[in-house]
Amino acid sequence: MDPKYFLGITGFGGYVPRLRMQRSCIAAAHKWMAPSLRGLAKGQRAFCNWDEDPITMAVEAARDALGNRPRDCIQSLTLASTTLPFADLQSSAFVAAGLNLNDTVRTLDIGYSQRASTSGLIGAFQQQGDSLFIVSEQPPGKPASAQEISNGAGAAAFTLGTDNILAEIISVSSKTALFTDHFRAADADYDYHWEERWVRDEGYLKLLSSTIKSALTKANIDPGAVDHFILASPLRGSAAAVIRNLGIKQEAEANPLTENCGYTGTAHGLLMLAHTLEIASANKIIVIASFGQGGDVLVLRTTTAITSFKPRRGVNAALVDAQHHEDYLRMLSYRGNIDLEWGMRAEKQVKTAFTEQYRSSDQLSAFTAGKCGTCSTIQFPQLPYCVNPSCHSPRANFSPYPLFDEPASVLTYTADALSYHPAPPLYVGFVQFENGARLLMEMTDVGSSGLEVGTPLRMAFRIKDTDTTRGYPRYFWKAVPINGN
Amino acid sequence: MPTGIKDKVAIIGMGCSRFGERWDIGPSELMAEAFEEALKDAKIERKQLDAAWFGSCSDTISVGNSAIPASLALRLDGIPVTHIENMCATGSEVLRAAAYAVASGASDFALAIGAEKLKDTGYGGLPPVYKGTFNDLWLPHASTPAGFAQLASGYSKKHGIVKQDLKQAMAHVSWKSHENGAINPKAHLRKRVTMDQIINAPMIAEPLGLFDCCGVSDGAAAAIVTTPEIARSMGFTDFVTIKAVQLAISSGVEASTTLWDGSHVRSTRLAANRAYEEAGITNPRRQLDLIEVHDCFSVTELVTMEDLAISKDGGAVKDILDGFYDADGTIPCQIDGGLKCFGHPIAASGLRMAYEVYNQLLGRAGERQLDTPSVGLTHNLGGVPYQCIAAITVFGLHH
Repeated sequence: MDPKYFLGITGFGGYVPRLRMQRSCIAAAHKWMAPSLRGLAKGQRAFCNWDEDPITMAVEAARDALGNRPRDCIQSLTLASTTLPFADLQSSAFVAAGLNLNDTVRTLDIGYSQRASTSGLIGAFQQQGDSLFIVSEQPPGKPASAQEISNGAGAAAFTLGTDNILAEIISVSSKTALFTDHFRAADADYDYHWEERWVRDEGYLKLLSSTIKSALTKANIDPGAVDHFILASPLRGSAAAVIRNLGIKQEAEANPLTENCGYTGTAHGLLMLAHTLEIASANKIIVIASFGQGGDVLVLRTTTAITSFKPRRGVNAALVDAQHHEDYLRMLSYRGNIDLEWGMRAEKQVKTAFTEQYRSSDQLSAFTAGKCGTCSTIQFPQLPYCVNPSCHSPRANFSPYPLFDEPASVLTYTADALSYHPAPPLYVGFVQFENGARLLMEMTDVGSSGLEVGTPLRMAFRIKDTDTTRGYPRYFWKAVPINGN
Repeated sequence: MPTGIKDKVAIIGMGCSRFGERWDIGPSELMAEAFEEALKDAKIERKQLDAAWFGSCSDTISVGNSAIPASLALRLDGIPVTHIENMCATGSEVLRAAAYAVASGASDFALAIGAEKLKDTGYGGLPPVYKGTFNDLWLPHASTPAGFAQLASGYSKKHGIVKQDLKQAMAHVSWKSHENGAINPKAHLRKRVTMDQIINAPMIAEPLGLFDCCGVSDGAAAAIVTTPEIARSMGFTDFVTIKAVQLAISSGVEASTTLWDGSHVRSTRLAANRAYEEAGITNPRRQLDLIEVHDCFSVTELVTMEDLAISKDGGAVKDILDGFYDADGTIPCQIDGGLKCFGHPIAASGLRMAYEVYNQLLGRAGERQLDTPSVGLTHNLGGVPYQCIAAITVFGLHH
């Protein structure tokens, strides 16, 4: 392993939203003015539920990578994305809180480019101390554009450390160039793309290819010896073209996850990496290249420990967990691309008391219940006295007990069609944890099979609602039925 | 006039949180802080409480409505708990309700608790109150200082007081309260201020300057009441009893008829008359040992001295400047620092006033202790002078 890089990958995971829009329905909606979209209309694209965003997806990907492993050792968390909700408020801080990391963790947001993920990852490998590197993106797509129909959404996470390394860096090569294949201005909603043929010929086949060659040379590895080649690109066929150009074997091309997900922006290369590592065997060479004003290339080698690691669920399982949607307007509405008449109940103000949000941040972010030291009742919320009427011990006797990984099921439920909800009906009911805690929760990602008493649930970090007047999302936990169909 | 409840109710425990910008705790913990102290003081357990009244006023960003925030915070399980809101008089209202429950025999141990969390709004000053659909369309926007500042013009006109003299008397009111609050560990503001600072402070609503106005803060206070018989059976020998509790509300007379001249607070006079009758007080200037009044603004305290018939009409300015109401005066007013130093967590203030009177009567006021007081009065005023709720409670020491 190149000694400049202190760390290796010690764990990986990913997340793709459950919701899938049939590309044929997107194309059909635009057929009247953009009939050529038919050519891109195969399969289904992942799209965020109304209550998901890059912060929530980052938490889910990290939980997938971390599993039940202890989190106390994590010293830094980096989040890479070009679609974070704030220009000035640290998204990685929200993610660290949602993962219940120590408050001494060093959080950092990285962005502004489709290669923010690989650039950030290279930097992360050069630090010392166990860390978490997450990339998460909800790429925009203007209605009737190729981006809208091709893009997906998703996140990938990697734990980096020195113990039990699964994949290590052999070499890295980067190049910077003022090659504007596309751009998105700071206040713009959508990207502006230049001609694909130029991007492919001058960008991928010349600029990026030379960077890949240099990385392989540094690593002393022949192109023919590459086992897995990852090049995430919104332009179909780019990876295949580069592979042919460099003499890498065709079967090394990593699955671009088009069929059930779509291009996930800066997250995509690393999402493909997480997917590849799930099936990789020991001593395999993986090359990951990304493109954006130049490019980054990392050459990795898996170790013998690779087969002993399993993410909690994995990218493949996330891809298979697909909820079929055909209602194109739903997707537009969730992104705010269409203004619908929601009625007066939608006028309700949701202004946050930041003072209270700060005081209660443990309970809210890490879903921390209290376990009473006197009677062992696990309770949420934590109020000044134990809720058990035979106890009432003061809160000073409680110990923290996060609920986010605890098994639970539906105790009661209803589908509320009266409340304003961006994805009506609002599914709400009492969630009963096996540990005895219970609370009223919103249920989300509910499929057409609905809910029943006893439906098994898992907890997900989601947007509870958004103060649209001020642009401030409030995050909390919701219950997701494990079967989402 | 009905017989009243003089000496039918004993206060066996009281609690008061530290008032101030309590960034450290939310409404639930605020209530618990006052509640814990009251329970310990009363030497009873939670399960002995058989009724509770919970006061809080601003539920926009504060505690939330109904009595449930209190029953959850304090785990009052299965007993009657009622939410009361009557603007700034709420603190006295919850005590009044608890007192009536015990005096009627409906309850053996009743809890009165007022709590307000004003520092979660994100800005200084009180949050705007919704005035009702019709009033919303004609009533001018006027801040609370503006409502009370008008007393100055009414009072000065009626009694021929010149501006500077009124300003001086108002400043003395605030100066005196700060002297008292400086030695009170539970007060929010504990710095002394000079007369100069007060008189030259920026104007808020003419003639009320910055130091003529009380601040906004978080706080909670609680009382546990029972009958004197039960108190004695528990071993309490010296305890505070309620001599009178009276409330008077405006019906529109001040704001819409010529029956009011703008110089005083009519509701206070009406409530005080009934309270003195119920308590058997014929000469308040002689018979009261200490008073805690609603000094939301210095001018309010000034006119209240006359509304309580302690100073004669037109005589408040002289009494104040003579030091009659100072800590070493004849009837110390705001010996704990008042709203001026505690701030005004709306529903808690009335009970905070009662807390000071209670501790003074029992000889527990530490550095602030007056010399063997036996009768104290609290005056708690909600609304504005021309549309208000005045609550007067008289307390006495029972041997």
